[in-house]
Amino acid sequence: MSEPIIRIDNIVKKYGPLTVLDKLSMEVMPGEKLALIGPSGSGKTTILRILMTLERISDGFIEVDGEHLYHMKKDRQLVPADERHLHLMREKIGMVFQHFNLFPHKCVLDNVTLAPMLTKGMARAAAEKRAMELLDMVGMADKAKSMPAQLSGGQKQRVAIARALALSPKIMLFDEVTSALDPELVEEVLNVMRRLADETDMTMLLVTHEMGFAHDFADRVLFFDRGKIVEEGKPGDIFRHPKQERTQAFLRKIIAAGHRV
Amino acid sequence: MIDWSGYIGLILQGAWVTVELTLMGSALALVVAFAAGLGRLSRFMAVRSLATTYIEFFRGTSIFVQLFWAYFVLPFAGITLTPLQAGVLALGLNVGAYGAEVVRGAVKAIGREQREACIALNLTRYQAMRHIILPQALPLMLPTFGNNAIELLKGTAVVSLISLTDMTFQAQVVRAQTGSTLIPFATILVLYFVMAWVISLGMRWLERRAGRGLDGVRV
Repeated sequence: MSEPIIRIDNIVKKYGPLTVLDKLSMEVMPGEKLALIGPSGSGKTTILRILMTLERISDGFIEVDGEHLYHMKKDRQLVPADERHLHLMREKIGMVFQHFNLFPHKCVLDNVTLAPMLTKGMARAAAEKRAMELLDMVGMADKAKSMPAQLSGGQKQRVAIARALALSPKIMLFDEVTSALDPELVEEVLNVMRRLADETDMTMLLVTHEMGFAHDFADRVLFFDRGKIVEEGKPGDIFRHPKQERTQAFLRKIIAAGHRV
Repeated sequence: MIDWSGYIGLILQGAWVTVELTLMGSALALVVAFAAGLGRLSRFMAVRSLATTYIEFFRGTSIFVQLFWAYFVLPFAGITLTPLQAGVLALGLNVGAYGAEVVRGAVKAIGREQREACIALNLTRYQAMRHIILPQALPLMLPTFGNNAIELLKGTAVVSLISLTDMTFQAQVVRAQTGSTLIPFATILVLYFVMAWVISLGMRWLERRAGRGLDGVRV
């Protein structure tokens, strides 16, 4: 049995008086595909943002790949991590955002090559070769020289996925990556993610409202509500036989809103 | 009958001094604007305070007083400047204080989403600023920088007060010697306007170049 790649231990996240995550603990095994579902404001996106170091935690510990994320050892004491430690830890994690966050002043190819060249010192030729492979994988190789403004939402999101993959992270975080897309563009992005799940052994955490996709994609589904994990289990169990009242209520609402399970 | 060609030549010599002052003053203002504007966004309190103090001081006092300090008071501190140096220093620091706020505003206008993408791609703060934030902020600064440059051009007229022979100074000389106000001042009116116009055209050209491919579409 291998060690968890992510270990979240009693973390608390507060915004002023508001507690978003309340003593939350969870573990993720290497290669696991996890779907985080739940009503908005339940804390599922906050988990991803904390793992990407976009938000700090108020209390608790997180270990990623055997090392503390927000702490480091100094003279045998655990002290808050400095920027250098965070920099090392971020190498293990990549993220894809709801609104793509592509760099509008750079062409598709440069969006993908920028980080490997800057953070890993990769030569341009090598970075471009790798970028073209990734763009080919997401079906965007023919748009390598296009500017982001010339692409559709689905195309932008596929470029954003290639951009995150270019740094070869061990863990990929997907934050509602299809929520900002027109309905007819959702499928092309989901297809890329299906392929990614099939062809790589990357650990993937997915926050989504696409229940059908969560069902097919995930090894395990976590249902969040009010900063806590209310229920977790295999997709078949969670979606077909939810045990908790709140999970049932949430799924009923989602189905009533026209989402397929 | 007055022979105007000599007098006009005098004014043109002054025009060159005005151009020099504007170019050197703008160059200094630009450097100072970036240093102080980015300084105000620093995570170090001391840097932020220093930048804020500079900006508030130079925006809050008149260019006229600043010029007199640079030329007449600094010598008491052992720093003697030529009139041109004093003029460039006062103009550059004065306009730079306004420019600093332009830089700060434009950098802040590049939203959280771009910064978060930089963090997720593990760029350092410097790399994010240099490759992502500033290239997008620059086009936002240009229209106001154009304004500032024209303000600086017109501000150069105050240097005649420390005996620098700029365009306005020469016009005064010509007026004193010929008794005519209309011709020298009509001449410099046109010259100032033409110079400001050249700045406008230049800035418009830069804006077009910088805005290429962006087109304000959300990405």
